[in-house]
Amino acid sequence: MGDYPSRSANSEAGGSGVTARHGGTAGSDVSPISPASPSPFGGGGGLPKRARFSTENGFRGLSRAAGAMVLVIIVAIAIFLISKAVPALRANTENFFTYEKWFPNEAKPNFGIAALAFGTVLSSVIALIVAVPIALGIALFLSHYAPRRLATPLGFTIDLLAAVPSVVFGLWGRDVFLNPVRDFSVWLNHYFGWLPLFGGDGPFGRSILLGSLVLAIMVLPIVTSLSREVFRQTPTMNEEAALALGATKWEMIRMSVLPYGKAGVIAAVMLGLGRALGETIALALTLGSVFAISFNIIQNGGNSIAANIANTFGEANATGRGALIASGLLLFGITLVVNMAARAIIYRRREFRDSAA
Amino acid sequence: MSVLERETDGVIMTPQNIRTRRLPLVVNVIVAVVAIGLAAAVVFGFGIGNWVLVAVLGLVFYLVGLLIVAGRVEGGRAARDRMWKALIYTACILAVLPLASVVWTLVSKGTQRLDANFFSSSMNNIGARDPNGGAYHAIVGTVEQVGIATLLAVPLGVLGAIYLVEYGRGRFALTVRFFVDVMTGIPSIVAGLFILAFWVLIVSPWFNNGQPRYSGFAAALALTVLMLPTIVRSTEEMLRLVPGPLREGSYALGVPQWKTIVKIVLPTALPGIVTGIMLAVARAAGETAPVLLVAGGAAAINFDPFAGNQSSLSLFVFQQAGDASKYAPARAWTAAMTLVALVLILTIAAKLLARRNALTR
Repeated sequence: MGDYPSRSANSEAGGSGVTARHGGTAGSDVSPISPASPSPFGGGGGLPKRARFSTENGFRGLSRAAGAMVLVIIVAIAIFLISKAVPALRANTENFFTYEKWFPNEAKPNFGIAALAFGTVLSSVIALIVAVPIALGIALFLSHYAPRRLATPLGFTIDLLAAVPSVVFGLWGRDVFLNPVRDFSVWLNHYFGWLPLFGGDGPFGRSILLGSLVLAIMVLPIVTSLSREVFRQTPTMNEEAALALGATKWEMIRMSVLPYGKAGVIAAVMLGLGRALGETIALALTLGSVFAISFNIIQNGGNSIAANIANTFGEANATGRGALIASGLLLFGITLVVNMAARAIIYRRREFRDSAA
Repeated sequence: MSVLERETDGVIMTPQNIRTRRLPLVVNVIVAVVAIGLAAAVVFGFGIGNWVLVAVLGLVFYLVGLLIVAGRVEGGRAARDRMWKALIYTACILAVLPLASVVWTLVSKGTQRLDANFFSSSMNNIGARDPNGGAYHAIVGTVEQVGIATLLAVPLGVLGAIYLVEYGRGRFALTVRFFVDVMTGIPSIVAGLFILAFWVLIVSPWFNNGQPRYSGFAAALALTVLMLPTIVRSTEEMLRLVPGPLREGSYALGVPQWKTIVKIVLPTALPGIVTGIMLAVARAAGETAPVLLVAGGAAAINFDPFAGNQSSLSLFVFQQAGDASKYAPARAWTAAMTLVALVLILTIAAKLLARRNALTR
């Protein structure tokens, strides 16, 4: 082993040649067709001339176009959403950002995003508050506590949890999870009703709480898998040094694993936030669809931007569609910012970037 | 006061004296039993809850008790270590519970309508009082939409990954790579709205006498937007794992770069690429929101993805979940089970394929 036996993901990769230039382009320094400039000594006289139109150039252009397609799509999303949102926003008779109601299909359309945006943020934040500690616990369990025989199948199960479609979670939340959550809400209301969060006289159940808990279950695998990858990459030297100084296992984790993985964990949480903000169908099935700003999380009610789109799209006319697209544009902007921030954090650490899914 | 000063004359240095004292497992179990008993006594004594509260309160009592007892025997640091370990194990149990509940519900409720009729009939002319009706039209829709989306997304995604790994350098490639990652986080409903604004409301009227036309193809386009970044990312990862000497050997034989990529790099990475594609397909098959927005949903069988409304399995689940008929929940759960089975088979097959892959990290 060398001086720094790093445990970064790529250290065991393939042959000897790949690891060194993992960050750049593989094989870029041996590109055979593109000599930078013809040698003045004529050493390349035997080589074929570089053709202007060749399969090589065509393939290169094609792949470049495919890569650029991603940027084109993101820009196109913004352009087309704006183009359809502007007419509806012009027709709106209320302030889009502060009005709480949603009546875009009336003769005088009046609609606003305030209640929807509030519900989106509130449900996502509660979901993260519930999910993140559990997710970090599982990630630590998988990376440092579990025996290998248990860690592999459990990690696999968590990955499967991520693959279950959101509509199934929504259906489960509405048909099964609703009852325990309703009982829990009644209990909370009985003993903690003096808190504004748990006040009200019912009915309880199809509330922000139910939606948030379902969201938490859906966010869990994302935060878990990314944090697990990050925790696994903690340099063994750091861990062993902590243990050699007499630290207990938890102290070792607190002193070497958590500081090392801090940036990655923050990014994982933000990716989870992005997913929670954009989740549609699960919330459309579990929230009570009420257009009001309220901090009460157990009474029937709550709504989110995405759930509102799914619920009211069916009866929307042209202005209604435009209004929904306008709300979607706002959602796109928010998730874009959250995701870009998360990725920027990940990109600052190369070893995270190359392993993060 | 150091250990040496504390040492008295009578002490003999045996292993028992040198090692720190450990909390016996029996004591641990006793603490747990006492905690649960105490919690039950408190909860049922005051009548403030049921067994769930007993479990929660019992856990809190157990952690506090462990902290005190282990603190007396092993010292504060070791006690905190034990407490955190217990908390981490609890987190795992908490996460497995909902999954178990989902699986149990899927199996118990999903088998109610698991019959041939469900897979061979549509919802055409099925009223609220009809117990039959099936998801054939939805399965057709899912297969066609996901199939078209795969046909569109795979070439684009693989070529994009080739650009990032083999050709791309400099600022532009970094930008593309960054936005591929950002794009994986775009909500599916936004992709649906994009195709609604772009294809259904602006492009499709050109072919349809000025009327917007919902279609399965539009849903496929939206799914393409969702699949593309996933495929680029997984393919890119696989291409980077292809050993450099393979490429260099090919170049040394005078093979042009594009031929090296097509004949050497891609075949080497193929199993991994297929794994990534299957995971992307599984994710796309479960998407509801885009299909709801741009395919419209339909009760009848429609084989033509380019004209007329289409349904899909996930949309079928959503619509049946919102249906007032007393037979709708059974249909919804059976469709959900079919969908989950489809997605899980794809996912598990992909993971098994990945395990057989020669290129591993």
